Amino acid sequence: MRYFQILKVAYKALGRNKMRSSLTMLGIIIGVAAVIAMLGIGEGAKKMVNSQIASLGDNLLNIFPGSFMSGGMRAGAGTRTSLTEEDAKAIKEKCPAVLRISPVVRTGAQVVAGNLNWGTSIEGYSTDFPLIRSWPLASGTFFTEQDVKGATKVCILGKTVVDNLFAGQDPIGEIIRIKKLPFRVIGVLSSKGQNAFGRDQDDMIVVPYTTAQKKIAGITYINSIIASAVDRTKIDLATKQVTDLLRQRHRILPGQDDDFTVRSQLDIATAAGSTSKIMTILLAAIASISLIVGGIGIMNIMLVSVTERTREIGIRMAVGARGKDILTQFLIESIVLSLIGGIVGILLGVLTSKAISVILRWPIFISVLAIALSFFFSGFVGVFFGFYPARKASNLDPIEALRYE
Amino acid sequence: MDKLISTDHLVKIYKLGDYEIQALRGINLSIEKGEFVAIMGPSGSGKSTLMHILGCLDRPTKGKYFLEEKDISSLDRNSLAGIRNQKIGFVFQSFNLLSRTTALENVELPLLYNSSYSKEKTEKAKKALSMVGLEGRENHYPNKLSGGQQQRVAIARALVNDPAIILADEPTGNLDSITSMEVMEIFQSLNNNGITIILITHEKDIAAYAKRNITFRDGKIVRDEIIPVPKKAKDELLSLPPVENEEEI
Repeated sequence: MRYFQILKVAYKALGRNKMRSSLTMLGIIIGVAAVIAMLGIGEGAKKMVNSQIASLGDNLLNIFPGSFMSGGMRAGAGTRTSLTEEDAKAIKEKCPAVLRISPVVRTGAQVVAGNLNWGTSIEGYSTDFPLIRSWPLASGTFFTEQDVKGATKVCILGKTVVDNLFAGQDPIGEIIRIKKLPFRVIGVLSSKGQNAFGRDQDDMIVVPYTTAQKKIAGITYINSIIASAVDRTKIDLATKQVTDLLRQRHRILPGQDDDFTVRSQLDIATAAGSTSKIMTILLAAIASISLIVGGIGIMNIMLVSVTERTREIGIRMAVGARGKDILTQFLIESIVLSLIGGIVGILLGVLTSKAISVILRWPIFISVLAIALSFFFSGFVGVFFGFYPARKASNLDPIEALRYE
Repeated sequence: MDKLISTDHLVKIYKLGDYEIQALRGINLSIEKGEFVAIMGPSGSGKSTLMHILGCLDRPTKGKYFLEEKDISSLDRNSLAGIRNQKIGFVFQSFNLLSRTTALENVELPLLYNSSYSKEKTEKAKKALSMVGLEGRENHYPNKLSGGQQQRVAIARALVNDPAIILADEPTGNLDSITSMEVMEIFQSLNNNGITIILITHEKDIAAYAKRNITFRDGKIVRDEIIPVPKKAKDELLSLPPVENEEEI
């Protein structure tokens, strides 16, 4: 019996019970759609996190001071004031794997422009900030070495600050007041949006770190240091060089813990990547349970179908169908059922994903691999759950089957 | 004439729990090519069991069965299916057509399992339907055909693979007397064209159309006689008074 013939017979048999066939398919449809949508959401999340982390500058190193300890009580990371401007300068001079470096001084302040005011974060950096963070300006210019040396009162605004203080007007050349001191706006940063952890990265003002230290925060230490490695492959080397240098500078004896932490963007990316991978696998695993339930539905219906069509099986055997022919026929029926369900499920899954991405503004990424995988998996479900009923049909005794009422 | 069927001491025993039922108690039978044999006997006499074994639907417990001088009593399921397909055509009391499947597709069914005819299957099926006088009804569904027509579709299906024998199990059991006559007329004309027919019936009237009558009782042949001048269904149909024939509308 040729496969085309078997397909025709299968199509007819399924068409005879349209309601039943479509309800059976529904199980597979829902299962496949769920798998596609879940994989899409998971992949989308992974891509989003990765692109945001990459947007921070992917050969970035963060150097934080260690935790502050007083009488056995340890405060959180970064609470110590052990990092200084000199540490930053030393790193730049003595660590060949480090290309650029900038001290970071962070503080918050109320900012006033005309009759509008806005509370935001004030961040002091060196002139290397745009290159280290791969964060170009949207307009204007960045401050110079002269500004850093002289701690001049110039500032670069983030997009959110511009929106809140200037309502879309060009702020360049305007004067704003930070802690009552007048600052001239010389540039505007391009927009970066939210970071991987939901913080609005555009809600800040960048000033020379010297200005932030002396004029705004009134401190002599620095909050942290950012640095960029020479290239991606040198990140580990740069981390080691910085660690060795700072231990030496801070006079930490061998065996003692560091009073600082060096973290690379790569670590964060890897951690975030593996988290979203686990989420994806988990979601897909839950979704595939419904696919298995759908498969059981197919098996159930195929068993009913074999019983109902016992006489037909008997007739086919009487005219010369071998057990193999009957087995193939029922197996093809269940595969057709599950594959049609799979195809419809893929379409439904893609549509659902699109709907989710539009309604929830969640990026969805549907890979060809996910589609191919769910197509073949639904075919596999058809074979796996169709085999037992098909075998049962093929093992029927023709005489008994012909007598069956 | 060639020997088509011969059996050597066929025994069939059914086991029902602790009971043993001897359905056939040593049947020696020989049928030649071109014969028209009616097998008669009351129910439980073993005639259906014999038909199942002759039709390769079942295997004997003991004894040998030769079809076209080949021993087939020990073949496996798949080989038996192949023999059913190529050598045997079945006609059943309850027609056993596939519902929701056209007459033509029903007749094509045996060809689906015979790879050598895959190309000419529609022509062969049409030819078989015209042999039983059903040309023009190829696309009718069984539930739109009368009992006689359904049985003729079944006969066409039995014929389509050019079998060595047609085995008919009470083919007129569900038909009225005139329709029965029509069916027997088809059998007789097929037999005149050289096709071997084995007919199982418990009606003497029907057996009278055959050329040879074998009577069974309790799993044994009790009588085997040649009918010198069988009834001719065609003549009988012609002699009937003209009536309105519903099925030809």
